[in-house]
Amino acid sequence: MSDHDTPNGTSRRAFLRGAAAAGAGALTATTAKAATPDPLITELQPWAQSFGDGVDETPYGLPIRFEDDVVRRNVEWLTADTISSINFTPIHALDGTITPQGCAFERHHSGAIELRKEDYRLMINGLVDTPLVFTYADLERFPRENHVYFCECAANSGMEWAGAQLNGAQFTHGMIHNMEYTGVPLRTLLEEAGLDTAGDLKDKWVFVEGADASSNGRSIPMEKALDDVLVAFKANGEALRKEHGYPVRLVVPGWEGNMWVKWIRRIEVTDQAVESREETSKYTDTMADGTSRKWTWAMDAKSVVTSPSPQSPITHGKGPLVISGLAWSGNGAITRVDVSKDGGMTWETARLSKPGEKMALTRFYLDTEWDGSKMMLQSRAIDESGYIQPTKTQLRDVRGLNSIYHNNAIQTWLVRENGEAENVEVS
Amino acid sequence: SPAMADKFGLGRTALPEEIAAWDGDVSPDGIGLPAGSGDAIDGEVLFADKCAACHGDFAEGIDNWPKLAGGADTLDREDPLKTVGSYWPYLSTAFDYIKRSMPYGDAGTLTDDETYALVAYILYSNDLIEDDFVLSKETFFNVEMPNADGFFVDNRPQTEYAQWSGEPCMENCKDEPVKVTMRAMVLDVTPQDEGEAAAAEEEAAAAQEPESVVA
Repeated sequence: MSDHDTPNGTSRRAFLRGAAAAGAGALTATTAKAATPDPLITELQPWAQSFGDGVDETPYGLPIRFEDDVVRRNVEWLTADTISSINFTPIHALDGTITPQGCAFERHHSGAIELRKEDYRLMINGLVDTPLVFTYADLERFPRENHVYFCECAANSGMEWAGAQLNGAQFTHGMIHNMEYTGVPLRTLLEEAGLDTAGDLKDKWVFVEGADASSNGRSIPMEKALDDVLVAFKANGEALRKEHGYPVRLVVPGWEGNMWVKWIRRIEVTDQAVESREETSKYTDTMADGTSRKWTWAMDAKSVVTSPSPQSPITHGKGPLVISGLAWSGNGAITRVDVSKDGGMTWETARLSKPGEKMALTRFYLDTEWDGSKMMLQSRAIDESGYIQPTKTQLRDVRGLNSIYHNNAIQTWLVRENGEAENVEVS
Repeated sequence: SPAMADKFGLGRTALPEEIAAWDGDVSPDGIGLPAGSGDAIDGEVLFADKCAACHGDFAEGIDNWPKLAGGADTLDREDPLKTVGSYWPYLSTAFDYIKRSMPYGDAGTLTDDETYALVAYILYSNDLIEDDFVLSKETFFNVEMPNADGFFVDNRPQTEYAQWSGEPCMENCKDEPVKVTMRAMVLDVTPQDEGEAAAAEEEAAAAQEPESVVA
């Protein structure tokens, strides 16, 4: 393997904390022997002698302070301000599939608004038999369901279209979260208002909008609305966080995050798409010839190695190594993930932590031995439709470089002999 | 039409005043357009007062704030400039969005006449109408949007899905040895410490249009 550049002599990244260098003298497959006894074992430690916190200390807890790097981050130069902007989930530091709400990414167009349950109203109008207004309390009286789904921003990995740009899985793939939602099927609410007036439902739409200033209005075809869309009020067991739409948001399984309207206030049955700002000016994908795709709703199969990755270097030297990552598809369940260590020349099939679930994150592991040599790590997801996650070259051949959204390309991390990793593109 | 479930009798009927207060969307065929009118001469004064601080005197955009004018014939170029004039397919969207969500930070405060005038000024800034053209529900469709036919419905199932399926290659998958062709560290625009705004980041911001990624 070779690469063209030597690392520039800039200061070391704070998040590496110099730890990667420790890998150099590490031990290999024989069990280590200690030269001297470990004082952490042989000396009485304060936590084994005196008290910890009482049960009245923390009515609602935050992570322990040693985990203070596992937080949402933003990228200042991406947007004009932080109100209509994005931040990123620290996927490089998480495991399993459920995203803790407190570090699950945010994307707002006019900020995270504060809306009390008492002030909440949901209207259903348009081509319905009886236009209705619901209070929050009304919604909790309908039969409810629980489902785990990923919410991925259409622009996730968008900065990477033109080349390797941001150095970390959090920044390249972190516009995503995965939660267990409790909510009422949208279908139930539409049926409460009555759809006889709408006539043939095949060519009908619902237009949904939020209570915030941006409104984020989007058009959804009736077929999807009656299928699996949820009007959700709980996530991971508790109320939605303010920044995720408290008290009520839309959940649109498998489809681009922009359609997951937060603080949802109105659902209108229409006989045409509204063609709002968020489905014309934005969330349309421009091709090389200057024409643009619209209504690119589904998020295609995608995966990323979360560790090792630029923010999660190898610090233990040669020997056993867990390569871990996430895979997901808006077109059904993940059935398989392959991992390559040599930039896609050869592949091994990884182990799924549990069988893939439809439109939800799936955790994969490749338990392997690292011989200390350079690796070009890639992962490649396959979903139940038989679709195979493409390379960036394959995507560019069809779409060009200007489509902004829906970059589900295979990601490469170059892992160096010292265990540090960086975001690269390969031939 | 699917079999309908029994109703639960929850919620209450929405009153006409309530629907009128919240249902402001305007569709491409003009459904939802209110009475009223405005021209670019009125719009220019309003725009200077309410919009120009971010969008520029001529709707050309300031700093990273959206450019609303310009960019004609750039959509197939390396850096397409997507504005109301160069990109937006329907004028209805401009009325709807401005009336509901602008000015940024003071949304929902414009009258229907003011909105017509501001849309007229943006059209004028894009050389799509004369300054004395009176925009109203009646004249709305006398305006031709240059990119009206520039969109097509998602065709990934036809153009992508078939070719990216089957049995994936597992061994000897490339003809040439794999080489690194691009490195993020060369660009060096990744945030490091909280609040740190490195010169490289400013340089990157100047060198590209951040709003083209998420805006």
